[in-house]
Amino acid sequence: MDTVWGDNVAQNIAFYLIAAIMVAAALRVVTTKNVVHAALYLVAVLIGMAGQFILLGAEFIAATQLLVYVGAIVVLFLFGIMLTRAQLGRDPDVDTTAAQRTTGGFVALILLVVMGYAIYGTEGMSETELPAERVQTIAEVSDSIFSTYLVPFEAISVLLLAALIGAIVLARRD
Amino acid sequence: MLLTNFLMLSSILFCIGVYGVLARRNAVMVLMSIELILNAVNINLIAFSALHRDLSGQVFALFIIAVAAAEVGVGLAMVLLIYRNRSSIDLDDVDMLKG
Repeated sequence: MDTVWGDNVAQNIAFYLIAAIMVAAALRVVTTKNVVHAALYLVAVLIGMAGQFILLGAEFIAATQLLVYVGAIVVLFLFGIMLTRAQLGRDPDVDTTAAQRTTGGFVALILLVVMGYAIYGTEGMSETELPAERVQTIAEVSDSIFSTYLVPFEAISVLLLAALIGAIVLARRD
Repeated sequence: MLLTNFLMLSSILFCIGVYGVLARRNAVMVLMSIELILNAVNINLIAFSALHRDLSGQVFALFIIAVAAAEVGVGLAMVLLIYRNRSSIDLDDVDMLKG
């Protein structure tokens, strides 16, 4: 590694740029008072995440991320916000007590320090470079799913069906 | 590309999500923070999948995405049910099981 930016300057710049946007947007998700804004900031985080997946050579996961998260889950969230919006007088989110926020921030900070220590304290971890050729094609991923992981894949289908039926039964008006 | 960059980004997003779960009282916001946590884990899986040139990480990330979709569907249905019964989605109000 010759410079601060490492061997591949463009990829590193892209990483830091997207990472900065993601962290800023994630902080807004958990701090903003407006629930709709939080959902839109969540979209920024999720799209950035797809960008990181492309940098890591996981094209299929990036496409799935965009389709499932940005296309479906965020829309579900917006419906959830819309259907629970009619607050009588006060927004319960506005009056989070300072004690709750301080405790949450403290716990999150401790957790970050512990995880950072584990990551940088592990021997050889901080010099590990990802391989330059790391693109894994959709064909390879599908081969893996439909051979080694066929049974878990079917289990996931059943889980999704169960969740679908469960959500309908729960939310149905009788 | 250093591996630790991705691991640190994942840790930071995870901790932001933990903060959201602990400090928010709106049930929909807590669900959003849980999505943040689940997504942060995916970066780890994909990064190690790229490092070892092993596809298992990617397959597990796909499974996590599917489980997250199922979780948010059921979770939002439950939030709607709570809202319909109690006209509030403040999680501090949902304490009927408290002894």
